Amino acid sequence: MSERNNERLSVFKTYKLYVGGKFPRSESGRVYEVTDSKGKWLANAPQSSRKDARDAVVAARKAFGGWSGATAYNRGQILYRVAEMLEGRKAQFAREVADAEGLSKSRAAEQVDAAIDRWVWYAGWTDKIAQVVGGGNPVAGPYFNLSSPEPTGVVTVLAPQESSFLGLVSVLAPVIATGNTAIVVASEKAPLPALSLGEVLATSDVPGGVVNVLSGRTAEIATPLAAHQDVNAIDLAGADDVLAKELEIAAADNLKRVLRPQPVDDWSATPGTDRMTAFLETKTVWHPTGSLGASGSAY
Amino acid sequence: MPTTASPAHALADVAASESTLRRFLHGLPGVDAVGLEARAAALGTRSIKTTAKAFAIDLAISMVDLTTLEGADTPGKVRALGAKAVRPDPTDRTTPATAAVCVYPDMVATAKEAVAGSSVKVASVATAFPAGRAALSVKLADVRDAVAAGADEIDMVIDRGAFLSGDYGKVYDEIVAVREACGTSARLKVIFETGELSTYDNIRRASWLGMLAGADFIKTSTGKVAVNATPANTLLMLEAVRDFRAQTGVQIGVKPAGGIRTTKDAIKFLVLVNETAGEDWLDNHWFRFGASSLLNDLLMQRQKLATGRYSGPDYVTVD
Repeated sequence: MSERNNERLSVFKTYKLYVGGKFPRSESGRVYEVTDSKGKWLANAPQSSRKDARDAVVAARKAFGGWSGATAYNRGQILYRVAEMLEGRKAQFAREVADAEGLSKSRAAEQVDAAIDRWVWYAGWTDKIAQVVGGGNPVAGPYFNLSSPEPTGVVTVLAPQESSFLGLVSVLAPVIATGNTAIVVASEKAPLPALSLGEVLATSDVPGGVVNVLSGRTAEIATPLAAHQDVNAIDLAGADDVLAKELEIAAADNLKRVLRPQPVDDWSATPGTDRMTAFLETKTVWHPTGSLGASGSAY
Repeated sequence: MPTTASPAHALADVAASESTLRRFLHGLPGVDAVGLEARAAALGTRSIKTTAKAFAIDLAISMVDLTTLEGADTPGKVRALGAKAVRPDPTDRTTPATAAVCVYPDMVATAKEAVAGSSVKVASVATAFPAGRAALSVKLADVRDAVAAGADEIDMVIDRGAFLSGDYGKVYDEIVAVREACGTSARLKVIFETGELSTYDNIRRASWLGMLAGADFIKTSTGKVAVNATPANTLLMLEAVRDFRAQTGVQIGVKPAGGIRTTKDAIKFLVLVNETAGEDWLDNHWFRFGASSLLNDLLMQRQKLATGRYSGPDYVTVD
């Protein structure tokens, strides 16, 4: 019996993009070979074109109203659900991360654990960030003056090239936690964990289009996205110095919010709120209180 | 179809009585539905790029009947639509104007004012649009109102109930009566509501019926039902106008309406026109798109071609 098992043909997984809640191949029909850290072939990943990028923007824009309009509490529940789903597929992600980054099994498992914890951490922040960066402002007049953080819109995220999963989660989760929708350009060398994350997101109540995952040549996909008039912000975490400069110039055309690449030594360190506030706008509302009555209250 | 008699003579007799009309319409060859859809799909795969695409986009913009047919239409909205029809992209003066604005009869005067001094026509739906369920006298009054208010084009709906029950004479007479009410100043578009005609054979019959009765344009649908313009039913109508011209020498326009939202779709229709009816129809006098959101997508694509970067809905108007 065991001999016959050995004869079984292996079933290769076709990695696909994740756009608008669906799993399309690249519009261009292209794929490229993904190898592990030692150069051994792992799988073919779709090599996205600028048209895939365009489609992803359309999907992200369409999803923005619903996702940004959902209550922060609801978004937190959904992000927590992502962590739950990941927990069940830990082994798969540990294997993919180990292959991609040349880590030992235990180190890769640690990375995956840290990534799951990161989802939970950001899930908790969804309904707390407003208290931290917003609130009532004292003003010299009979007004209530309230500031509240609002999501920037459609955000392009260039995932870190080296940390294929923990790094990816660390840049993606803060973007969607606050109500933005995202187009993720996966690590060029190690896109498989990102493409598998798409499968997790599809089964985690995250509405289609909130996260769109593209794989391929980072420069080829990022250039049209940086120039795209309907993308509101871009996180350049995965761009090298030369590319980052080019993209920042292209992004200036429609005043995109740009987050420059930040050196990160240790993705597992507690990230703080910076990555969330980078893609928030502050809305301030002045509301007249009316004249104060004898009781000292306007009511 | 008898080939011995001269074609014009053959068609002149067709409407002589209810029974000759019925015999003619039912004598039209049946439509090969699978072949028709395959042909339409095959023509939809043509790749139109660079300069050809730029030409197609400008042509498509010039063919748009910019439409607002909502119960909530206000004079302000119609004026805004008129301004957009005259100058679709205010940031780029090379953008052509659209062919027409299409409104309800009570908005014709407002629309006329809004497009005054431009090449943009005012089209008005009439004859108890979109259902067409009213007495003939009411429909004709509707048409006369719109024409009196200055409409250049009238979009009428046929009585689908009469058509489906086989009462072709009634449909024919109605179109003839509306044609008369339009007078010499207004062109008549006849809407078949193809989504309600059930079969391709019916669409072919309706097309010939409309053309025989004196339509200047045949139009697929109102945009108010589930199935609107599709490549297949438009292809069928294009074949009808091609054959009609071959037999009578009279050229008739085609207007697909409803459900055409993207530039890609619009270009597919233009390929259909060129490959079926021919270049003579590639002009906004003979081919129109009944659409509202299509124009924004065309403008975004035009901006993309001009600047090299993708545009977004923030850079076109919200209608």
